[in-house]
Amino acid sequence: MTTPSTIPAVRFRAVARHFGEVRAVDSVDLDIAEGEFFAMLGPSGSGKTTCLRLIAGFEQPSAGTIEIFGEHAEGVPPYRRNVNTVFQDYALFPHMSVAENVAYALMVRGVGKAERLAKANEMLALVKLANFGARKPAQLSGGQRQRVALARALINHPKVLLLDEPLGALDLKLREQMQVELKTLQRSLGITFVFVTHDQGEALSMADRVAVFNAGRIVQVGRPEEVYERPATRFVADFVGGSNVIEPEAATRLRLPAGAWSIRPEKITLSATGNGPLGRVESLQYQGAQRRYVVAVGPDRLSVVTAAGTTAFTPGASVHVDWPADAPTRLEG
Amino acid sequence: MSLAAPGAPTRDGPLRRLSDLFMRRPRLFLALLLTPPLLWLGVAYLGSLAALLAQSFFSIDEFSGLIVREFTLKTYGELLQPANFDIIVRTVVMAALVTLFGGVIAFPIAYFAARYARGRVKALFYLLIMLPLWSSYLVRVYAWKLILAKEGVITYIADHTGTRGLLDAWLSLPVVGGPSLSISYTGTFLVFLYLWLPFMILPIQASLERVPRSLIEAAGDLGADARKTFSTVIFPLALPGIVAGSIFTFALTLGDYITPQIVGSSTLFLGQAVYTQQGVAGNIPLAAAFSVVPIVIMGIYLTVAKRMGAFDAL
Repeated sequence: MTTPSTIPAVRFRAVARHFGEVRAVDSVDLDIAEGEFFAMLGPSGSGKTTCLRLIAGFEQPSAGTIEIFGEHAEGVPPYRRNVNTVFQDYALFPHMSVAENVAYALMVRGVGKAERLAKANEMLALVKLANFGARKPAQLSGGQRQRVALARALINHPKVLLLDEPLGALDLKLREQMQVELKTLQRSLGITFVFVTHDQGEALSMADRVAVFNAGRIVQVGRPEEVYERPATRFVADFVGGSNVIEPEAATRLRLPAGAWSIRPEKITLSATGNGPLGRVESLQYQGAQRRYVVAVGPDRLSVVTAAGTTAFTPGASVHVDWPADAPTRLEG
Repeated sequence: MSLAAPGAPTRDGPLRRLSDLFMRRPRLFLALLLTPPLLWLGVAYLGSLAALLAQSFFSIDEFSGLIVREFTLKTYGELLQPANFDIIVRTVVMAALVTLFGGVIAFPIAYFAARYARGRVKALFYLLIMLPLWSSYLVRVYAWKLILAKEGVITYIADHTGTRGLLDAWLSLPVVGGPSLSISYTGTFLVFLYLWLPFMILPIQASLERVPRSLIEAAGDLGADARKTFSTVIFPLALPGIVAGSIFTFALTLGDYITPQIVGSSTLFLGQAVYTQQGVAGNIPLAAAFSVVPIVIMGIYLTVAKRMGAFDAL
C-alpha cells in the first residue's frame, strides 16, 4: 500500500517507550498510509495502546522517531498535533452539553459561539444525533456517547483519527452496527483511522491492514486475509482466530513436511472414508451455524470446525482428517 | 423452608426474624435508621435555630434590661447602627479574604495530592493536612500569638535577614498594620488562614480526585493548552469542591470569637459581638440578630453559587 514516493500518515522508526523497568513499547517500526483504516491488535499489555498514545502525544518515546505526515512529532504537545482521539471511556466533559462537547475544539480555537454550535450540530447530524445537542452526556446511552465522542474528535478534520477500543463498552449488537458505521464514515471522510482493539474479529472485519502486537513489539503486519491465512508466528496463529499449532515433532505424524505449522480449524474436513490420518472424535460442541470438534489423532489433538450442513459425527466415531494442500502455514522458529 | 440452601443456618431466634422482616420491608429499615438523626436534627439543631430566629424579633427594655417578648424589628434597626454595622462589614471582609487566599493556597496543594501523590506520599499528605487538627485549637492560636509577637520568631527572622524594614513598613500601613503582627488585622488574617486551610484543601482534593485523567487528555487532544484546560475543564469540575471548601472557611471565620480576641486589634468581630451581647450586656435579642447575619450571608452566597452553576458538575 505504501509506495516510497508518498509520505506515510504515521511513521515509527525504532520507537520505544519504557516505564521504569517495563518496556511497554520495545522497538517498533511502523508505516501507516494516508487514508488507511489501520488496526493495532493485541492482548492487553502488548503495547498497542501506548503506541496510540505516542501518536496522540500523551506519551513521549524513550527512543526512536515518530513522524506524522513527515513532520517529527517528538516533543510536540497533543494540542499542537493535527490528530484527535476517541477515548476508551469517551472522556466527554460532564459539565458541558453534548453540543458544547462537540464544539469544544472550535471553542478553544476562538471560533464564535453561533458558528461553532452550528458546526457542532452538523457533526451531530453526521453521527445521527441531530436533536441531542442540548442534553448532558449523563443523559445518553453508551452507544450515543460513543457517537458524541466521535463527532467531537472529527470536528477539527484531523489528519489522523485515533480510536482506543472505541467499541469495547458496547453490547454485541450495537458493536456490530458501529463497526459498519465506522467503516462507512472512514470511507466517506477519507481520514486515516488508527484503531486499537483486543478483538481480532473487529480488527479483521474493519481494517485495511492489521498490526499484531505482542510484548511491546509488532509480530506481524498485513491485510486481514494475510494475517489470518498466513500467520507468521505461533502467537499470531493462536491470538488471531485460534488455530491448530503443530509442533515439529507432531508434523511427521500428521504427514506434514518438517517444521512447525498452523492449520485453521475450518480448513480441516472430516470424513468416514478419506485419505488423511485417522482419528477419533473426542468432543463435539454444537454452535448453531457450525460444529466444533476436538479430534484425537494418535497423541495429537486437532480442533476442527465444520459447517452446520455437513455430516455430523458423534464422540467416539472414527474419522479421517483432511485438508487442502495450501491450508498448512509454516510458522517461524 | 424448602427454599433454604443446604447447610444454611436454620432460621429462628428473634434477631434472625427481625433481619428477615427488614429484608422484606426495606422502607421500615430505612425509617428506623433515620429516625434518631432526624429527631436530633429537628429538635436540637433546627429547633434551637428557630428559637434563635424568634429571639431576634424580641427587644430589650432599656430601663429594666428585661426581654420584651413581642414582635418588633427594633433589634434589627439596632444592628444597622454604624457601630454594629462596622462589625458586620469587618467580619465579612475578613472572611472573604481568608476564603480567597485559602482557595489560592489550597488549590495547588490539593491538585498535587489528587493528581501526582501516590502511596506513601499521599499518606504523608493526609498526615500533614490532618496533623494540626490533632492538637487543641486554643494551643495553636496561642502558639501563633507567640510567633507573631514583637519578640517572636518572625521579628527575629526579619532582623537577621535584613527584612525588618519591610515588616515595619507593612505594620505602619493604616488598616492592616499595628504595633506588632500579633496586634493587627494581618495577624488575625494569618491565623484564620492557617486554621481553616485543611477545610479548604480536603474538599478541593476530593473533587479533583474525581476528574478522570482522560478528560484532561481529551482537552489537550482537542487543542487546549494547559491554561485553557484548567479554565474549561479542571476548574469547572473542581468548583463544587471549591465552593464546599469556601463554605467551611467562610462560615468558620464568620463565627469565630476566640481567634480575634487572642490575635488582633481590640476591635470586635461578629462572634465576639454575639459573645459580648449575650454575656456581659445580657442583650439576647441583639446577640440573636447578630447570629442571624452569618446565616443570611451564607444563604445569599449559596444562592449566588448555584446560579453561577457551581453545582452543575455534582
